[in-house]
Amino acid sequence: MSETPASMSAAEIAQAVSHRKLTALAATEAALSRIAAHDKVLNAFTDVTADRARAKAAAIDAAIAAGKSVGPLAGVPFAVKNLFDVQGLATRAGSKINRDLPPSPRDAELIERMEAAGAVLVGALNMGEYAYDFTGENVHDGPSRNPHDPTRMTGGSSGGSGSAVGGALVPIALGSDTNGSIRVPSSFCGTFGLKPTYGRLSRARSFPFVASLDHLGPLARSVKDLALAYDAMQGPDADDPACNVQSVEPTVPLLANDVGRLRIAIAGGYFQQNLFPEAVEAVARVAKALGATQTVELPEAARARAAAYIITTTEGAALHLDRLRKRPNDFDPAVRDRLIAGAMVPAVYVDKAQKFRRWYRAKVLELFQSVDVILAPATPCTAPKLGQVSFTLDGVELPVRPNIGIHTQPISFIGLPVVAVPVPLEPLPIGVQIIAAPWREDIALRVAYALEQMGVAAAPAPRGI
Amino acid sequence: MTDHLDDYMNAVARAMALPLEDAWRPAVRANLDVSLRLALLVDDFPLPDDAASAAVYST
Repeated sequence: MSETPASMSAAEIAQAVSHRKLTALAATEAALSRIAAHDKVLNAFTDVTADRARAKAAAIDAAIAAGKSVGPLAGVPFAVKNLFDVQGLATRAGSKINRDLPPSPRDAELIERMEAAGAVLVGALNMGEYAYDFTGENVHDGPSRNPHDPTRMTGGSSGGSGSAVGGALVPIALGSDTNGSIRVPSSFCGTFGLKPTYGRLSRARSFPFVASLDHLGPLARSVKDLALAYDAMQGPDADDPACNVQSVEPTVPLLANDVGRLRIAIAGGYFQQNLFPEAVEAVARVAKALGATQTVELPEAARARAAAYIITTTEGAALHLDRLRKRPNDFDPAVRDRLIAGAMVPAVYVDKAQKFRRWYRAKVLELFQSVDVILAPATPCTAPKLGQVSFTLDGVELPVRPNIGIHTQPISFIGLPVVAVPVPLEPLPIGVQIIAAPWREDIALRVAYALEQMGVAAAPAPRGI
Repeated sequence: MTDHLDDYMNAVARAMALPLEDAWRPAVRANLDVSLRLALLVDDFPLPDDAASAAVYST
């Protein structure tokens, strides 16, 4: 076991707490101390819920002393992107406008499930405004900063989640992913991230962005921690109309199952273009470790990305139409201008994008009759500099912001489960997507676990703090 | 449509009571231009008349 609670995994903390070798309060204080020491640099947290956390930790310790069961995440500190409702806080969703909302009367469903498993909420995390972001920059709260180099982006929009976990301030954070917002910060910050199947985890009492594409999920520093959090949050919820799963399918007991018989392929074509050498190297390392040589083509991936873009900009605009009319100057100007443009896109294109989505989904699902896993880059590059607006790729200057998510968008577009695994390249990590068929998070997690055991995937120690 | 994009933006902004200050116009126009280019990529794809919108996965 590692020496201090702040450097322990969630699994180690939970085991130590449940066996009375560590108190939940000590684990919580260690996280709070680390946040106090490093968040001035990282700017990952927008709220630290210290009093609440201490009270929850004390309750867990009391329960253990009374011989009661405390759950598989006993005493594990965690934090959430600030689009999750936290009782007593206005759900700002990265915005200025939402700070005027009344305090939330109840926690988000996933917070309740994490705490029911014994976890301890220590705060809410920075994010791109209204989740319309791939950078982790925020004009109201300042940018979240990369734990491996604070002059660089965390990626977004779950930037604080990537920074907090990558910086080892907490072992687990929750984020949201509409087009890549868990996988991109996982890639830039060197964490594991799970975007589950669309509809798997409840979004109840979280602030939406694009309802037909929104997912929630965990980020962690190990696959076991990722799976522990995921398992704790599973289950149907009538308060989220998309969350219609009938059963809980635990993945932790399956992690060490052999992956040798899985049919693993590399995404070709679109997913092998617009990449810096680091992204190519990361996919190659993962493929080699898994013995994957077959390449599969996701048909019309560029068009899928285009359709995701159209649905995102129009649904996002519809969500914020009233705020755009009433408080346009209180938006991040870049977000406002994208949303106003989104409101002007003719509805016929949105309808065609949704119909194309069905076609594309059917074609990609056909691929899963012959493969179990598809590998693809998570981002085209390692973390760019904060404020960087363009990069040059193959001699062509491209804007950074819209191109960060080009390899994640065609996957979340049809709700496939993905584990982003960090490949610890020097000087910066970069992620690879482990993509599975709908409802097969267990397979993606098993492959991620195998890569972790082989040393190919790992969350590097933060070097920027 | 690009040639008439400014006219289109003005008309839609008026029709929808959307704010559109002069200082924002270049960025809104650039974003709309990208959106419409991507929309045309989607529009170019032939779909049958009975195509339906994507549904949520069920277990």
